[in-house]
Amino acid sequence: MNKKTEQKIAFAIFRLLGLLVAGVLFWILGFIIYNGISVISWDFLTAAPAEGMTAGGIFPAIAGTLCLVAGSVTLAFPIGVMSAVYMNEYAGGSWVVRFIRVMTNNLGSIPSIVFGLFGMTLFVNTLGFGDSILAGSCTLGLLVLPLIIRTTEESLKAIPSSFRTGSLALGASKLQTIRKVVLPMAFPNIVTGLILSIGRVSGETAPILFTVAAYFLPKLPDSLFSQVMALPYHLYVIATSGTDIEASRPIAYGTALVLIAIVLSMNLLAATLRKLK
Amino acid sequence: MIQAKDINFYYGDFQALRNISMEIAAHTVTAFIGPSGCGKSTFLRLFNRMNDLIDNTRLTGECLVEGENIYRKSVQVDELRKKVGMVFQKPNPFPKSIFENVAYGLRVNGIRDKKYIARQVEESLKAAALWEEVKDKLKKSAFELSGGQQQRLCIARALAISPSILLMDEPASALDPISTSKIEELIHSLKKDYTIVIVTHNMQQAARVSDKTGFFMLGELIEYDDTKNIFLKPEKEQTQNYITGRFG
Amino acid sequence: MKRLRRIAERLAEAALTLSGSIASLAILLIIVFLFKEGLGLFGSSAVEKGYALCVHSSNPVEQLAPQQVKQIFDRELTLWSEAGGSGGEIVTFRFDELFALYSEEELGESYELIPQRLGEVIARTPGIIAFVPEEYLPYHNREVKALPAAKISPAAFFGGREWLPTATPAPQFGVLPLIMGTVWVSLFAILIALPLGLGVAIYMSELAGARTRKLLKPTIELLAGIPSVVYGFFGLAVLAPLIRQTLRLPVGETAFAGSLILAIMALPTIITIAEDAMRRTPLAMREASLALGATPWQTIYRVIVPYASSGIMAAVVLGTGRAIGETMAVLMVTGNAAVMPHSLFQPVRTIPATIAAELGEAPAGGAHYQSLFLLGCILFIITMLISASAECIASRNPGKEI
Repeated sequence: MNKKTEQKIAFAIFRLLGLLVAGVLFWILGFIIYNGISVISWDFLTAAPAEGMTAGGIFPAIAGTLCLVAGSVTLAFPIGVMSAVYMNEYAGGSWVVRFIRVMTNNLGSIPSIVFGLFGMTLFVNTLGFGDSILAGSCTLGLLVLPLIIRTTEESLKAIPSSFRTGSLALGASKLQTIRKVVLPMAFPNIVTGLILSIGRVSGETAPILFTVAAYFLPKLPDSLFSQVMALPYHLYVIATSGTDIEASRPIAYGTALVLIAIVLSMNLLAATLRKLK
Repeated sequence: MIQAKDINFYYGDFQALRNISMEIAAHTVTAFIGPSGCGKSTFLRLFNRMNDLIDNTRLTGECLVEGENIYRKSVQVDELRKKVGMVFQKPNPFPKSIFENVAYGLRVNGIRDKKYIARQVEESLKAAALWEEVKDKLKKSAFELSGGQQQRLCIARALAISPSILLMDEPASALDPISTSKIEELIHSLKKDYTIVIVTHNMQQAARVSDKTGFFMLGELIEYDDTKNIFLKPEKEQTQNYITGRFG
Repeated sequence: MKRLRRIAERLAEAALTLSGSIASLAILLIIVFLFKEGLGLFGSSAVEKGYALCVHSSNPVEQLAPQQVKQIFDRELTLWSEAGGSGGEIVTFRFDELFALYSEEELGESYELIPQRLGEVIARTPGIIAFVPEEYLPYHNREVKALPAAKISPAAFFGGREWLPTATPAPQFGVLPLIMGTVWVSLFAILIALPLGLGVAIYMSELAGARTRKLLKPTIELLAGIPSVVYGFFGLAVLAPLIRQTLRLPVGETAFAGSLILAIMALPTIITIAEDAMRRTPLAMREASLALGATPWQTIYRVIVPYASSGIMAAVVLGTGRAIGETMAVLMVTGNAAVMPHSLFQPVRTIPATIAAELGEAPAGGAHYQSLFLLGCILFIITMLISASAECIASRNPGKEI
């Protein structure tokens, strides 16, 4: 075969593959939007499930997911930011940092179901939180901790060291420099990381299976120790084990749409923020 | 062999070459000298259309190689590059064995005859004065060679596909003096078979190896003449200033 | 004042250090808790908790492996001679059969006569094997011999070909079907995703114009952002029926469906890392190849792909890691049959899906519960190995060894 023809064929294939991958995404999104959009209504978003999940809305699941997002991010965000500050500003290039970085990467590569197992033994059983928002938030918090640490560290690294030396030269202490100079400058990027982790947390199912998620719980949580429903788990149960799977399909489409709307809008928001500066 | 007529070349809005015309004869060594950023490398890279790789460039004028305008639509760029070999500033062997580096040009041009490839590799390495040093380790990685050897390997690699023209873009600038003198000797011995165009910032090198020299400045060809005229009695004051080291 | 500030600085530094150590601490805790629960399995009895097996004392059998017990009660093993005992045919006896043989008066008002009756049954049936609660065991009857409960051994766990964690009297914890299920699903996912991902990576790094790239890159990031449960739902609602119809299978929820979904999920990882690696190939390499008369395509497959091979390898390894650990999507589309896979087009069960599906029903502290933690340990070790090897591959000098 002529090398020109060979190239033409190869490049045509690659173009096709590129199209295919984009096509797959639009297929998935299109499928869910197409089927879900007609289900979405004010009632759907604000009512509790009814008639064995075949009617009603998904409000408790939305509320539950919001609780879990708030809980896990409240726990993980300060720890993650402080951890990144420690690694980037205090520990220098020592073996401590290398060790922490390796551990953080490892933590990030652990499958989410293992977090679920761990959360169940430590938070639910050993610490006695029971199936609760607290246990679920702790588990999810651990899960996103590496993401927060990584994004924060990257934004801290992007700040030229001249700003730090400038501040230190004016007699500011290290902590003051971090608080008054470094963190404010890194703030937009840190927020981007925060938004990404919100997106991540709201879509996770496996870690909450055994730590918080309830199959059906129409009332809203009243304390940190309540169980809640959650969007991803709700989608899982009505897609696989509802009382009447066929009848609850529309609800599943609607739930999936709300879920990806939350997750993808978080990702888009983060991407836009990143582009803005 | 090579004729350039009224060449203007732009990177976006920046004009890198202004109205350059030049003829280069077969079996000569032509050196381009001039301060950095003067356009000598850009001009050299026109002859094998290496500038095509850069987005947003524009060319006017004609560039003929062996009488054919190489910027005509019907020209096959890869065929042109087979005819016009190139050696780069930094040695850039592929992360492959020494043998495979030299055989690469043959293989991509569809040659499968093993005996022919082996013979061609040997001859190219001999022509590049590298054969004696590597004949026992052809299977070893090219990265195990020294910088000077790597550059000669790159020359052998360019020779293997039997080009008629060899472009060299500051081929010795990354090398030590001993390797440099080896490359210069090599250029001398290659002259009888190839037309060589070399870009250099080293005026002694230009004086030592070339028959003709072109002096470039700010995108213009200031002066182009026999090397000894350029260095002994340049016509233009800018050339005089440059070769006596008053600037650049 | 100054002193106060110095103390505040110290405190802040301590807090920062503490935060920095939390990720490492978490890993440590995960290891401790996972392995503490998981390794407990090997000490626990192979027979359901609180129950015992007993035979006639004339029977020379000393101990039965968990698998033998299961085969006996499944009537797959019917002769004592095959199980290391004597007495001809095996007669199985489950505790509830006692209530069919004796009236309530005969068993006593508060069942205090059960041990005695059990003794009678066993005494008159030489070939019997009875599965009874420990509390009713007729210890003093000379004709009854209780078999010491076998322990679940690592060999039975790692070599077992049956995963029946709720079987009575002897649950089977053979992890091979789950490992094979995971391997099949992930392997085929990568086989699908690798050529696709590599093709798209080549397209993005070498062919696509800046504008196409600007469109494709966020598309791929979006693909990475979709929650796995949504992928699972898509697989369940679209892919599985499609597979069932086009391939005329009895069910669409198969290893193949899992592989397809996992392939889509692994694509963003593979594309992003492989594209990065290819873009890092120095311009000098491209120039050298093109200057020798190679076409762009020849340059790609002869120079750029080999040069980026370590990055591409890392991409594949990380993609595999993501596929192996993926839970929800796989749980929803693979059909969840914990059997040794024979074909891609049958339901299988992966390790993470098993944990997700069964942990809710496994009583805490029991053998089943522990076995699921042991699965978690296996998963943990696999992913650690994978991230370590990806690190190792990626840090290799590019293009050193072709």
